[in-house]
Amino acid sequence: MPKLTIDGQEVEVPAGSTVLQACEAAGREIPVFCFHPRLNIAGNCRMCLVEMEKSPKPIASCAMPAADGMVIRTDTEQVHKARKGVLELLLINHPLDCPICDQGGECDLQDLTLFYGPDHSRFKENKRPVTDKYLGPLISTHMTRCIHCTRCIRFINEVAGVEELGACHRGEHMEITTWVEKALSSELSGNIIDLCPVGALNSKPYEYRARTWELRKTESIDVMDAVGSNIRIDARGSEVMRVLPRLHEDINEEWISDKTRFAYDGLKKRRLDVPFAKQDGRLGQVSWRDAFAAIKERLDGVSGDRVGFVVGDLVDCETMVLVKELAAALGSPHVDCRQDGAKLGGAARGGHLFNTTIAGIERADACLLIGTNPRHEAPLVNARLRKRHRRGGFRVGRIGTPFDLTYPVTELGAGAQTLAELADGQHSFADVLERAERPMLILGQGPLARPDGAAALALASRLAERFGMIGEGWNGFNVLHTAAGRVGGLDLGLVPAAGGKTVAEMVAPGALDVVFLIGADEVDISGLADTFTVYLGTHGDRGVHAADVILPGAAYTEKHATYVNTEGRPQRAKLAVFPPGEAKEDWKVLRALAAALGVEVKLDTLGQVRQRMAELAPHLQRFDEIAAAPFEPFGTPGEMSAEPFASCVTDFYLTNPIARASAVMQQCSELFVQGAGREATGTHG
Amino acid sequence: MLNDKDRIFTNLYGDHGPDLDAAKARGDWDGTAALIQKGRGWLVDQMKASGLRGRGGAGFPTGLKWSFMPKEANGPVYLVVNADESEPGTCKDREIMRHEPQKLIEGCLIAGAAMGCTAGYIYIRGEYVREAEILQRAIDEAYAAGLLGTDAAGSGYDYDLYLHRGAGAYICGEETGLIESLEGKKGQPRLKPPFPAMVGLYGRPSTVNNVETIAVAPTILRRGPEWFAGIGPDKNSGTKLFCVSGHVNKPCNVEEAMGIPLRELIDRHCGGVRGGWDNLLAVIPGGSSVPLMPKSVCDDINMDFDSLRAVGSGLGTAAVIVMDKSTDIVKAIARLSKFYMHESCGQCTPCREGTGWLWRMMTRMAEGRARLDEIDLLWDVTKEIEGHTICALGDAAAWPVQGLIRHFRPEIERRIHEYTAARQVAAE
Repeated sequence: MPKLTIDGQEVEVPAGSTVLQACEAAGREIPVFCFHPRLNIAGNCRMCLVEMEKSPKPIASCAMPAADGMVIRTDTEQVHKARKGVLELLLINHPLDCPICDQGGECDLQDLTLFYGPDHSRFKENKRPVTDKYLGPLISTHMTRCIHCTRCIRFINEVAGVEELGACHRGEHMEITTWVEKALSSELSGNIIDLCPVGALNSKPYEYRARTWELRKTESIDVMDAVGSNIRIDARGSEVMRVLPRLHEDINEEWISDKTRFAYDGLKKRRLDVPFAKQDGRLGQVSWRDAFAAIKERLDGVSGDRVGFVVGDLVDCETMVLVKELAAALGSPHVDCRQDGAKLGGAARGGHLFNTTIAGIERADACLLIGTNPRHEAPLVNARLRKRHRRGGFRVGRIGTPFDLTYPVTELGAGAQTLAELADGQHSFADVLERAERPMLILGQGPLARPDGAAALALASRLAERFGMIGEGWNGFNVLHTAAGRVGGLDLGLVPAAGGKTVAEMVAPGALDVVFLIGADEVDISGLADTFTVYLGTHGDRGVHAADVILPGAAYTEKHATYVNTEGRPQRAKLAVFPPGEAKEDWKVLRALAAALGVEVKLDTLGQVRQRMAELAPHLQRFDEIAAAPFEPFGTPGEMSAEPFASCVTDFYLTNPIARASAVMQQCSELFVQGAGREATGTHG
Repeated sequence: MLNDKDRIFTNLYGDHGPDLDAAKARGDWDGTAALIQKGRGWLVDQMKASGLRGRGGAGFPTGLKWSFMPKEANGPVYLVVNADESEPGTCKDREIMRHEPQKLIEGCLIAGAAMGCTAGYIYIRGEYVREAEILQRAIDEAYAAGLLGTDAAGSGYDYDLYLHRGAGAYICGEETGLIESLEGKKGQPRLKPPFPAMVGLYGRPSTVNNVETIAVAPTILRRGPEWFAGIGPDKNSGTKLFCVSGHVNKPCNVEEAMGIPLRELIDRHCGGVRGGWDNLLAVIPGGSSVPLMPKSVCDDINMDFDSLRAVGSGLGTAAVIVMDKSTDIVKAIARLSKFYMHESCGQCTPCREGTGWLWRMMTRMAEGRARLDEIDLLWDVTKEIEGHTICALGDAAAWPVQGLIRHFRPEIERRIHEYTAARQVAAE
């Protein structure tokens, strides 16, 4: 523990700290541009210069390791001059376009210039012209504003793990660029917009749309995957203008995926904003009263076991409580939240959670991926795996289809046979797992959603026991979800009761008389042609095509709602804007429907709904806490097909109705998924 | 003046061949094995006692630098020889590699042994095409004769030596920039600490030495440190290659004793300043990056590290650039500013942004197209660059301009007045 003297004040900092951290520990603010705590140290902006005793030159505090007995001064003439000088030099080639710059108002260069910089320009020469770069449909560039801090280069190379950004040329001609003009292919690329301390890298969809100080900021939770990234929703009036990450060390650190960041334009397109009902075979706008009346009319005389509820992927816990209550009131045992047919739920909670936790990945020393592509199913889980990989001593093996995960992966085999061999200890990778102190496995939804999913779960569970993945203070058994609402649904028991039908059985032709699709868009609706179908949701997506009645609901930015992430961590999303048109929060719609149908559901306020939620699953009340979920053998052993394990995500950019409605996500899908490998011609684009 | 018997580089002018036999006839590779077998400690102590200071420009004591290398290292340790001689005015290493390559190779082996290195790399400037050929031939000869490789020179010590050609960037002559380039990356200097002796080439302990430093080592060890320390003034001992260029009658490379008076160096070896000593305007004594000295200082200055530092300049690489009164001194320094702007790596702010600004202002100053207060601005900008950068290129860009302002401010002002006056006349 080195002890330093900072401006006469003695501080002790942990070994391995830098002088910058020591200064911060002493309460001194050191201005920086290039330094970022989650990236390698570059030391190139020279803004953090401080004076060190016995050193003739000022030192870069971000790069200097703190050593015992150092005497540092941060408030001297020399330091102030150095800062002022660096700012003057940064500004000579920086355009004076703050009034139109998207970064204006949240710009490090603006802020630091105000505090430390010169008050006028002495530069009489011409400013440097730099051509803007093409980085894809998400990021726009204004390279004249670049101050060459290289944060973006370091992020893309270190955290995102794709070597696609670098610096060309030297001296004042140095430019940040992709070597061959191409879009950044990382699904974390949007984070470089936040990292850029100036307005050189901007969000392309947000460009010139708003000024930061006009925006209303709401802290919320993301639902694009099951990670539950913490986000901030910036809105103006009734419109979501952008989505930014919020710090949560245990989940997303300070990153979010591109889908989380850019899919918000899907909230404004293809929205259901009025109720519809079929009249004479055609859907037409109706009032809420008429919509409910149509449902009541059809339900009249239909017995409860001819009614089913399919709960979709983005549905919040509050709505699911209402679904459960409504189904019970109607006497229906057919409730299921597993659209993909995953063989999960009904057993102890530990069998469907990411038990290691996302932060826990950093303590693991070996990992087995089973039928999962975390890069597309949960980019931030993948970022943690890469982070763990970069520290060294981490082996990753995969059973399933190969895909570049940005770190080396040992390919073990394609499917069930390899899994069985490994579980019997007959595979060469068994040795790695055997020797590992804290091994973990990640089971994806791909294998689980197959008819033999229960057997896959059983094998994985056996494997976890065999290789000591379960122990004191360590649980290496993980199921990776992709649906934000799934864990909440399983925790609340939205699986068919005794005699109940699963999703696949409910949507079979003629299986039921009335089916409620609650935000369900990932089911095969071809069997519902003759079934009376009620769709409650946000978008005119796949589910509405079968609907006889459409009830408009609220998206995740438009309601106070609880979501449980893949770790089993309940978090609360907050209302940032109101639902469009006549759309209402989903739980209220269901409550009103219950009243219209004349069945008793005694939940009148959000408080009552949450109280009921706590009765059903007490742990859902403790926000941001992961309730312990003990391990027990899960699944049912059985025969397995020889088909290779495939990831459940085929197109990262279009996994849910909001993303599918987003023009930006469509563009990305066209570019990175459908167009991948397609040769561009000279006249292309 | 240095006696002929005290010269180290006896084939500096290529009178004899660069091949191994000729080199051996000149005394190279004599008793190398015995020297190595005296052990690391002895070798380093001898170098310390000789008082040799690094010949690359900074003048850091070589023995001390060698002693920084870890005594115990599990894994490879490297010697890197900096042959990226790019400092304008400097051409001493070129002559060594052309005519005395075996001295360098023998030095590499001995220096490697003194630091427990497993291999050595010579990073040669890309433009030195013929020199690289000669050096590679010499390395091949040494390998064939068993002087390198397993049991090098019969010393029982295994040592490999590789030649690597650069691509012509000045910044790759900075030691950590050189290491980056050698590793195959963009030549950008690294932050220090960690110093190369801890984390250097390929993340392993490494020492980077100049060609001349390494090439003189075998002779020093053979003749004894006392001999070397006995030449030149205290703490600035030994002989040194001086490269004199510019407005002298006979520009030359010459090995001389440290501390030789500048005037003697020029008069005796270079046939004097063009037009006589009184025609001298200024001298840049150590390669383009040190501040210039006006004639008044040149009259009685001795050429060694400490004397030159005392007058606000430096010995640098001992590349003496002589300028007589026909020189457009402002334009000359402006040209140097252009060089540093062109060679800045662009990594850190002051150098990337400042060198271009300096050059633009200097270009205007050379014409007189400036305002008087801009001279102070120019000075300010050099101060904003100096000492604030990752490597010394920032300082190197700032110092020549500072030297100019310090000694030739009236000349700059005169031009500005003249330019303004001429424009006024035109306007009237």
